[in-house]
Amino acid sequence: MSDAAVVTVRDLVVRRGGANVLRGIDCELRAGHVTGLLGPSGCGKSTLMRSIVGVQRVESGSVTVLGEPGGSAAIRHRVGYSTQSPSAYDDLSIIENLRYFAAMLDVDRRRVAAVLERVDLVEQATRVVGSLSGGQRSRVSLAIALLADPAVLVLDEPTVGLDPELREQLWDTFRTLASDGATLLVSSHVMDEAARCDRLLLMLDGVLVDVTTPDAMRETWGSDDLDKCFLRLVRARRGGAPA
Amino acid sequence: MSVRRTRHVATRVLTQLRRDPRTIMMLLAMPVVLIVLLRYVFEDARATFDAIAPMLVGLFPFTMMFVVTSITMLRERTSGTLERLMAMPIAKADLLLGYGLAFALVAVVQGLLAGAVVLGPLGVDVAGPTWLLLMFAVGNGVLGSSLGLLASAFARTEFQAVQFMPVFVLPQMLLCGLFVPREQMNDVLHAISTLLPLTWSFDALQHVAAGDDLATGEIQRDLVIVFGGAIALLVLGAATLRRRSD
Repeated sequence: MSDAAVVTVRDLVVRRGGANVLRGIDCELRAGHVTGLLGPSGCGKSTLMRSIVGVQRVESGSVTVLGEPGGSAAIRHRVGYSTQSPSAYDDLSIIENLRYFAAMLDVDRRRVAAVLERVDLVEQATRVVGSLSGGQRSRVSLAIALLADPAVLVLDEPTVGLDPELREQLWDTFRTLASDGATLLVSSHVMDEAARCDRLLLMLDGVLVDVTTPDAMRETWGSDDLDKCFLRLVRARRGGAPA
Repeated sequence: MSVRRTRHVATRVLTQLRRDPRTIMMLLAMPVVLIVLLRYVFEDARATFDAIAPMLVGLFPFTMMFVVTSITMLRERTSGTLERLMAMPIAKADLLLGYGLAFALVAVVQGLLAGAVVLGPLGVDVAGPTWLLLMFAVGNGVLGSSLGLLASAFARTEFQAVQFMPVFVLPQMLLCGLFVPREQMNDVLHAISTLLPLTWSFDALQHVAAGDDLATGEIQRDLVIVFGGAIALLVLGAATLRRRSD
């Protein structure tokens, strides 16, 4: 079962503002894996993620999630999504936000306490989101994505602005979720996060330039430093232009 | 669609509003303050004030609800929470009806307050039934909310949303018959005013002020147009609320 593709993207093209933002993407995500989506800002990572959760208008191609077209009503409660900028109601408290989204997802209220613990926000639960730090907001946003205990979790830059300890903690959470059988897609533009992923989708200018693993990447580009590897790859693809 | 989700959306919108005392003051106190202000502007022309006060009780909710609703909905769009909701099992109707419900409740309180002040301390007489006056005040609030939800689809920033007021609200105010009776307008303006929903609620308010009740055919017609218009605008709003965006 863990070998079957949970998410399949075929020849996906997305146009925004007259330009092709995604230019024919093909990829598969498998259960039990944390797949990293990496690439410089503006390369189309968020657009691909939005397409997978079904909130992006697509030009052509297909997205299949859990056997259904991406974003269809039948699977929306099984797909967790956290937008790039933390999204919660600023004027509500953390717990009010979580209870509200739990109601929207038809999820038992007891899940609220469980996700609060998971993102380490139990003590701040009654604070209004607008008064939180950037890192705390990202965790609220992540907590909302975790509410439904989703089979597929799409997280757009979930660790931006977090301190190292918290980042470590969240990556542990991602690993636990994956080993429980969830399918995770996590985007980042920081290569040291790539090292924590099982598989890597490397994206550049709207195309996937490689589907690989951290080890294979180090080997191919001849460096232990994934940052360096990615720079070499970018240079090779863009024909020597400084990246 | 789910009644439970609609209720949760309405509760959430009202909780957000409760956290914002200034907006509540604006919504509940401003109509009263403006009406009292007009009472003194028309110090020497009591008859004029007595004639327009019931109209204002009916018309203020339209303006206030338009502004508040369009901005609240725009915030939902720009904060990412709308995108988040669109990725969830919620139906678009749950969201829009939830908003409509929350702001209809505010419109009820607003109408009751303004009505109480006009009919009480200010001593204005309304010949028709008071409840009918309030019903149209609420209907106008709901109409303003629905129009605001629709307008928010065309605004990218809160700055733009506020500027939509002159576009969506003022023409309706100018053409509804408050300033010049519709019979005196030229054919073009008369035809335009016929298409605007506020014209019909103003018509109803005039009938109520003149002593007509629900048995009057015109009032029944106006009631259908005002609440039907609000529902039609909500449906239009739902059409602009895209699950998939660019």
